[in-house]
Amino acid sequence: MLFLNDARFRAVFYQFVAISLVLLAAWAMYATASANLAKQDIATGFDFLSRQAGIAISESSIAYGPTDTVARAILVGLINTIKVSFLAALFGTIIGVLVGIGRMSTNPLLSRLMLAYVELLRNVPLLLYLFLWYFLIILVFPPVRQAIQLFPGFFLSNSGLAMPALEWQSGFGLTFAALAFGIASALVVRGVSQRRRIQSGKANAGWIFALVLLVLPVLAVWASGAISLSWSAPEAGRFRLTGGLQIRPEFVALLVGLMLNLSASVAEIVRAGIQAVSRGQWEAAQALGLPRSRTLRLVVLPQALRVIIPPLTNTYLTVFKNSSLAIAIGYPDLVMVSNTIMNQTGQAMETIAIFMGIYLGLSVAISLFMNWYNARVALKAR
Amino acid sequence: MSDTQVLPAAIDPVARPARRSEWRAAYFGTPGNALTTLVCGAVILLIAKLAFGWLFLDAVFDGGADACKQSSGACWPFLADKLRYMLFGFYPFEEQWRPLVALCLFLGACCVSMVPRVWGRGLLLAWALVILPVLYVLMAGGIFGLTAVPTSKWGGLPLSFMLSFVGLAFALPLGIGLALARASHLPAIRVLGVGFIELVRGVPLISILFMAAVMLPLFMPDGVTIDKLLRAQVAIILFAAAYIAEIVRGGLQDVPTGQYEAGRALGLHYWQVMFKIVLPQALKKVIPALVSLFIAFFQDTTLVTIIGLLDFLDTVRTALRDPDWQGIAVLEGYVFAAAVYFVFSALMGAYSRFLERHFNTSYR
Repeated sequence: MLFLNDARFRAVFYQFVAISLVLLAAWAMYATASANLAKQDIATGFDFLSRQAGIAISESSIAYGPTDTVARAILVGLINTIKVSFLAALFGTIIGVLVGIGRMSTNPLLSRLMLAYVELLRNVPLLLYLFLWYFLIILVFPPVRQAIQLFPGFFLSNSGLAMPALEWQSGFGLTFAALAFGIASALVVRGVSQRRRIQSGKANAGWIFALVLLVLPVLAVWASGAISLSWSAPEAGRFRLTGGLQIRPEFVALLVGLMLNLSASVAEIVRAGIQAVSRGQWEAAQALGLPRSRTLRLVVLPQALRVIIPPLTNTYLTVFKNSSLAIAIGYPDLVMVSNTIMNQTGQAMETIAIFMGIYLGLSVAISLFMNWYNARVALKAR
Repeated sequence: MSDTQVLPAAIDPVARPARRSEWRAAYFGTPGNALTTLVCGAVILLIAKLAFGWLFLDAVFDGGADACKQSSGACWPFLADKLRYMLFGFYPFEEQWRPLVALCLFLGACCVSMVPRVWGRGLLLAWALVILPVLYVLMAGGIFGLTAVPTSKWGGLPLSFMLSFVGLAFALPLGIGLALARASHLPAIRVLGVGFIELVRGVPLISILFMAAVMLPLFMPDGVTIDKLLRAQVAIILFAAAYIAEIVRGGLQDVPTGQYEAGRALGLHYWQVMFKIVLPQALKKVIPALVSLFIAFFQDTTLVTIIGLLDFLDTVRTALRDPDWQGIAVLEGYVFAAAVYFVFSALMGAYSRFLERHFNTSYR
């Protein structure tokens, strides 16, 4: 084939072949799938989203009942996924940073202990840990009927922790707005005071001012009497507790599992990041008279952050995707709710497409945010 | 799922103290340090006491479920009773020597293959033409007088190893192809490569397994059914390929462009340059990272229990639900499973660190 010897033609030809093969495969799959679906009498399309879900979800942050739509059920699952991954990422990072710094300790006992912690978590599957934590919670705590009452209104049992919940009668929006305003103004003041400090070289009292600005609007709203709150306390029934805020064992097991799993990865990343900062930085800070803790906080960690951020992005994405293991212990996250809907409506393709699309979109959003943050802390070449 | 981050080898942050005074300084140098030592020592002693008490002092060594019910310690008879089931699942009882032989053969072959000196075309051919076919025949049977055992009866540890090992073995060439596609100068090929890699890396493994279990049958023409195990295996291969592609891409980026250009200047074709010059250098750099990925995938194969395959974690969990033992030896089962996973993963981790030293390369 002579024409294949022309590099330019060859390039176009290969790409043409590749694209046509992909399109052909897609078309063949679409054709067989629609034929199969028609034969099995399964409806297609996304109409089912507005139908009644008819499933109960054990944990939901927004108002939801079985009579709500399928779309709302999926939203409940999504919020649960985000809730557990966000909390796991938050606590896991804090634990991980501490463990990572402990790993660098000059005390051999502490550093070995932290090494054992990391190795134990990294070498055993997360799913096994989830089962184990869930089992331990059920094992350690008594059944509801013999629930332990920690304080009046706080019940601890193997169906979770129940405690009094704050219920907003009115003024929620106002408080939220005041809080947002307070945070924004405090950030501005802090920025100004920091710039002044760098210019003048003297410490100033900007942070007190910022703190006052942070709490003042909320206090003002509270003092004006626009807020009314009420407590809803859990009541011990015969078989279950009703009312109040309930933290369920599935949630705790998943949170603990994800959190510890993440903390081990974060610890390794932090250690590698700190080791990447050259010794000279430590020594220079010491020569300037900074104590070890301030050296770590002001000199080493900001530089280590540049090495830490990209792999940290990956671990956050991992924890977000790993939260889908919830289905194994029965926490109603996005995948579990979708799975229930899938079994009920039979519309597997649409449901899987929806939750895959959501995961994909949020993964992209997380990595974009972390890339933006990375660009901010990256070394600026001047 | 398994965004394993490749980190530099764990360098011992503490230089081993040589003399007595150095020992004292390391453990009791300052008041804060002494306090740390005491607290850590107390924690270690407490854990050791609890573990020793549970494993040996309070443990039940013989007797049945009733003896275990009375005691607060570990229940060893449970392990003895259920060990074969946990290891091999529902594989026919009289035929269980076959998965055992297969497991030993596989692990032995792995040990031999781990020595860098034996790496080469011969080893690859031995795996492809001798070891894997023998393993398959042992497991599936049907010829040489071995009774046929359908894949639905496979389970336990051999299944876990098979899913991760076969998965990675097939994913490797696919991943290399994807990495080359992603680095290609042809825009359409690049877009297809990037699209596949990011699509797969953006979703959890469980969703891909669901797709394989629930959706794939819809895409098959009438009358064609694919074995459930095979479907899960294909899902794992595709998933692993995307992660391998990213690792290999890192290796490709580390090879200076001059290597490629020099190859082209010598008149070599693209494929010749890639296979004879660029890829050998790139792959050598990423071997430890690939081993780390293998550890992660070995652990991730536990997810197949969610779509109803009997991997090792699943056989352990079903053993716990055996009516004779129900609710008696749950902790024992999980600790046993964790220990098995820990031993294999830790060994592979040690091997990965050995390779890193062997090649003396470091990564970000």
